[in-house]
Amino acid sequence: MSSVIYDRIRRNPKFDQLVQKRGSFAWTLSAIVLVIFYGFFLLVAFNPKMLGQPIAEGSMWAIGYTAEMVMFIFFWLLTFLYVRRANGEFDDLTAEIIKEAQKETK
Amino acid sequence: MSKRFTTALALLAFAGLAVAAGPALQGEIKTQPTNWHAIIMFLIFVTMTMGITYWAAGRTKSTADFYTAGGGITGFQNGLAIAGDYMSAATLLGLTAMTFSRGYDAYIYMMAFFAGWPIILFLMAERLRNLGRFTFSDITSYRLDPSVRTMAALSSLVVVVFYLIAQMVGAGQLIKLLFGLEYNVAIFVVGVLMMVYVTVGGMVATTWVQIIKACLLLFGGTLVLILGFSQFGFSLTTLLEKAQAVHKQGASLMAPGSLLSDPVTALSLGLGLMFGTAGLPHILMRFFTVGNAKEARKSVLYASGFVGFFFNVIFLMGLVAILLVGQNPEYFEGGDIKGALIGGGNMVAMHLAHAVGGNMLLGFLAAVAFATILAVVSGLALAGASAIAHDIYARVIRKGECTDKEEIKVSRMATIALGILAIILGIAFEKQNIAFMVGLAFGVAAAANFPVLILSMYWKGLTTRGALWGGYGGVISAVLFVVFSKAVWVDVLHNAAPLFPYTQPALFAMPIAFFLAYVFSVSDSSARAAKERDAFEDQYVRAQTGFGASGASH
Repeated sequence: MSSVIYDRIRRNPKFDQLVQKRGSFAWTLSAIVLVIFYGFFLLVAFNPKMLGQPIAEGSMWAIGYTAEMVMFIFFWLLTFLYVRRANGEFDDLTAEIIKEAQKETK
Repeated sequence: MSKRFTTALALLAFAGLAVAAGPALQGEIKTQPTNWHAIIMFLIFVTMTMGITYWAAGRTKSTADFYTAGGGITGFQNGLAIAGDYMSAATLLGLTAMTFSRGYDAYIYMMAFFAGWPIILFLMAERLRNLGRFTFSDITSYRLDPSVRTMAALSSLVVVVFYLIAQMVGAGQLIKLLFGLEYNVAIFVVGVLMMVYVTVGGMVATTWVQIIKACLLLFGGTLVLILGFSQFGFSLTTLLEKAQAVHKQGASLMAPGSLLSDPVTALSLGLGLMFGTAGLPHILMRFFTVGNAKEARKSVLYASGFVGFFFNVIFLMGLVAILLVGQNPEYFEGGDIKGALIGGGNMVAMHLAHAVGGNMLLGFLAAVAFATILAVVSGLALAGASAIAHDIYARVIRKGECTDKEEIKVSRMATIALGILAIILGIAFEKQNIAFMVGLAFGVAAAANFPVLILSMYWKGLTTRGALWGGYGGVISAVLFVVFSKAVWVDVLHNAAPLFPYTQPALFAMPIAFFLAYVFSVSDSSARAAKERDAFEDQYVRAQTGFGASGASH
């Protein structure tokens, strides 16, 4: 029985829309995190000196420390963005798709 | 004598850092005088959590209640619990100590620990919640043969047991140090309390113990930092100027040091921590304790917020300690600030608490550290028990034909067995060099659990044959890489040189697992494989929409 509904959901063009939209959003965000994260690790491995420099002449803030603190905040903001969009827009669309699939049964 | 304690100390750091290349901590642990402030505060914690366990017992009737608190935990509560699972006593003590001795390197480790969370959210949280019920093996075996479930349960158990041994031995050393209790007594107390929480209160109690402890830890750490940082007018510039002036690394205190100078190790560490986290059974299990994918996503948002915040607190604590602890002869053996810290390197956070808040705050932080260990081992025991009772007993041996009552009974027996095993192994390994165990746990999680889990969710082509090859291949290669590395081959087995030059297995073991899973799946032309590929469609729709996912039972 649920297999029938799964089939109907699958055939609903809105399902493709959901998968496509959410998928590309999730992968884009993941790519941003992975590129920055491994980019940073490559800097740690190959150019540690640069990360130890101050951000400005005479400042106590090192480039690496500052950049990493920004990464902590930035990555968290990305999770916030994803949760907001997924729990709002994407979940509304999901609810719609399920409702339409169940309606056909009646 | 001193060497054994050094290795035990290193272990504590490893438990937090999950790396084989942890900081070399110096100094000797001595049993401390009995710390009454800490013991009284710990007893208050135990009384409170026992009350909760009693309350939870009344709410633990079905298997869903036992394993996943009936899915009735909110996203915020679960976020705290996940953060609690992730921030062990070793995180607090080990990372403060590492900042104290090595400065900026510690902050790099923290980022490696943190960055896995966004990835888990974007690529896994939703599908985990939509497909799983009690264990992550539910997902890997969703459309595959039960033998895949057995494989996933076994590799979960490997992870749980190694992690448990590391936690138990660390716990014994730490409690001996902080409370002045005998090692064996400490191990026994941890084991017995853990069995009570889990067998009586199931996931409801385990979650609440974790939540309370997470709040105490966040509160205690932040308080110590505020008190300490206020002495520098909350100015990072002032703090750094003064710290660099006295620290042995001087101006390079805030530059990357020697720990991650080798690119292969750095990359492998990054991979292992990021994807190891995404393969730890007790963390994955937390995604099933919430009602739906919405709450699962919120869990990660809150969890990563707390974890990120706390790492920054710990780093600043370490910097403050360079001045308030590192310059105070009171905390050094023989009053010599060039010598060893009293109690060993891992005592930095504790000395700092004493420096800014006296015996009361020291007692409080020590009690929190003890509570932290208890909460983490409870989560591990529950994850192990679910692999035994749900996956192996109920699903594979009884083929799903057993009542809730029978299954819970087996879970409880499994918990007690794991508790007894943990006590025995904890005592047996007291004097062993077990630094490799957490590395092994993370290695197996990253190389066996994670690849099969992610492929089963994302790749239509995965078949039973591919999953078994990938899973077992991942376990075996991760274990072999660790055994042949310096941590075991040289440090434990006393060979002259390691057969495997790197300390981190992930960069090598993960590709092996993915490769085997791929090759043995695409070359599988059996009728069963065709059926399994066909079954992906329904699984895919459920993963995306959550339709048919198990909901909250109350």
